[in-house]
Amino acid sequence: MTAATYLRPGLPVPVPENDGLDAPYWEGTRRGELRVQRCKACGTWQWGPEWICHKCLSFDIGWQTIEGRGRIYSWERPWHPAHPALKEQGPYIVVLVELPQAGGIRMLGNLLGDPRQDVRIGAEVEAVFEPHDDAKPPFTLVQWRYSGR
Amino acid sequence: MSGRTLRGKVAIVGIGETTYYRHGKSPDPEFKLALKAVLAACADAGIEPRRIDGFASYSNDRNDPSRLAAALGLPELRFSNMQWGGGGGGGSGAVANAAAAVACGMADCVVVFRALAQGQFQRFGAAPPGGTVSGEPAFNAPYGVMSPAQRYAMRAMRFIHENRIAPSAQRAIALASYHHAQRNPRAVMYGKPLNEEAYDASRWIVEPWRLFDCCQENDGAAALILVPAERARDFPKKPAYLLAAAQGSEHRNAARVHNAPLYATSSFTTVAPNLYAMAGLKPADVDVLQSYENFTGGVLMSLVEHGFFAAEEANAFLVPENLLAPSGRLPLNTSGGNLAECYMHGLELQVEAVRQLRGESTAQVPDAHVSMVISGPMVTPVSSMILGSAETLQ
Ligand SMILES: [Zn+2]
Repeated sequence: MTAATYLRPGLPVPVPENDGLDAPYWEGTRRGELRVQRCKACGTWQWGPEWICHKCLSFDIGWQTIEGRGRIYSWERPWHPAHPALKEQGPYIVVLVELPQAGGIRMLGNLLGDPRQDVRIGAEVEAVFEPHDDAKPPFTLVQWRYSGR
Repeated sequence: MSGRTLRGKVAIVGIGETTYYRHGKSPDPEFKLALKAVLAACADAGIEPRRIDGFASYSNDRNDPSRLAAALGLPELRFSNMQWGGGGGGGSGAVANAAAAVACGMADCVVVFRALAQGQFQRFGAAPPGGTVSGEPAFNAPYGVMSPAQRYAMRAMRFIHENRIAPSAQRAIALASYHHAQRNPRAVMYGKPLNEEAYDASRWIVEPWRLFDCCQENDGAAALILVPAERARDFPKKPAYLLAAAQGSEHRNAARVHNAPLYATSSFTTVAPNLYAMAGLKPADVDVLQSYENFTGGVLMSLVEHGFFAAEEANAFLVPENLLAPSGRLPLNTSGGNLAECYMHGLELQVEAVRQLRGESTAQVPDAHVSMVISGPMVTPVSSMILGSAETLQ
C-alpha cells in the first residue's frame, strides 16, 4: 500500500529513458539513495543527466551518491490544475533546490508541509524519499522539507 | 559588421490573417486556416498565389509545405524550412530563415506562416491524462510541473526575487495589451477591458502569475510574404525591410531539469546583442515593440535583456503610461498581443510590427520607422527581429 503522497495519485508515472541514461537515478531513489552524475575525468558535477561531461567532454561519467540537502533556489505555487489528477488538489508548492555539496546542481521537487506556507528562497531543505509502491511500475520521488523539522 | 548580414536585403510586402477565434471555436480545420492566411497575405501583397516558391514556419507546425504547395498548385517549391523547437520562440527565427533563403537566392517569394486549431488538436496548457513519462518530463510531471506556465514560473520567480520586482510591473504589461486590444476590432478581447482592480482580483494560475499574466490559447492563422528588397517597391503596400534577425540562447540554456547556469533570464542575453549589431541600432532607436507574452514575467525579462531598461529600473519603467501608444516611451504590444489580440503563437506580433511601419495599426505610433519583435521568452531557441521603413536604409 502506498503511503500518503504529497500530490494525489494519477499523475504521469516516471520511467527511465529507454536509452538507460537516467536509470541509475531512478534505481537509486527506490533504495533511498540520491545519485547524480559526476565526471570521472574532471570531477564536474552534472544534472540533469547527459551522456557527456559538459566541461571536459569525457564520456566517462560516473554516478555518485550525495547527501540530500540543499537550499531553495526558486519556487512556484500552482493553483490551476493542468492535469485531471489535480482537479481536487488545490494549491501545491514546487521548489527548485540548489545543492552546494554537489557543485550547485539543481533538483526539482515539492516542498512538503502546508501548501499555503511561505516559501523562503535561500532556506535550507532536506530530501525526503516518497515511494509510490502501487504505481505501475513502482517509483520513488525525491521531495524536500525545511531542515530541522 | 562584416558583409555577411541580412540588413536591408529582404522586405515583408504582404501580411494576412484569418479571423481570430477562442480556442476550439474555429469553424475551419487547421489546414484550411493556413490556406486562408496565405491567400490573405497574397491579396495584401497584390500577388498571384502561384508566385510563392517557399514556406517557413516554427514549433512543428502541422501544415506541411509540400501539401500547401500542392493544394495551392504552385509551379515549384524551392524552399521549405522548420525552425527547431522553442515553441513561440521560433517566430522571428522563421522570418530569419525565410529571409536568409531570399537573400541568398534560394527562393524569391517565401511565406512565413503559423496555423493553430486547438479544438482539432491538444491545447498547450492542458496535460494529457495518465500514462508514463521519461526523460525531462519524468523530472517535472510527477511534481505537478506540466504546463508551460508551470515550467517557466520557476524562472520568473527567481528573477523577481533577485531584482525585487513589484507585482505592478507584471500588471503594467497585461494592462498595456488589454488597453491596445480595445482599439483593435480583430482582437479576441476587444470590448473586454481590463483595469488594475480586475487584474489584482484575478485568480492565480501559478504564483507569481495570475490569469491575466498568461496568454490566451486561440485558433487562427497568420502569414507574411518575404521578397528581395530590390523588388519591394513593386508591391502596393509600404515595404517593411528586415534590418536584423537573431536566434539562439545563451550558454547551456537547455541544461536539463532547470540547470541553465543563467537561470533567471528570458534566454536573450546573447541573442539581443547579435540583433542590435546586425541592425546597427541601439534600444533607444526602437519606435515600437511587440514582445511575445507567454507570460508577463517573460516580457519583463525580454525588455531587460534587449536593453530597454536595467533590471533595477523595471519597477519604475513598467507603468502603463510608458507602454501605451501613441505617446508612451516604449509602446508595447499595440494590437493586444498574445494576451488580448490573439495567441497566434506570436506571429500576429510580426503582422502588427509591419502594420506600424505602414501606418495601419489601430494603435498607431506616429512616425514609426523602427519596429521590433521579440519572440517567445524563456524557451530555447528564442529569436527577435527588427523591421525598418525605407528611410532606415538610407
Ligand atoms: Zn569532465
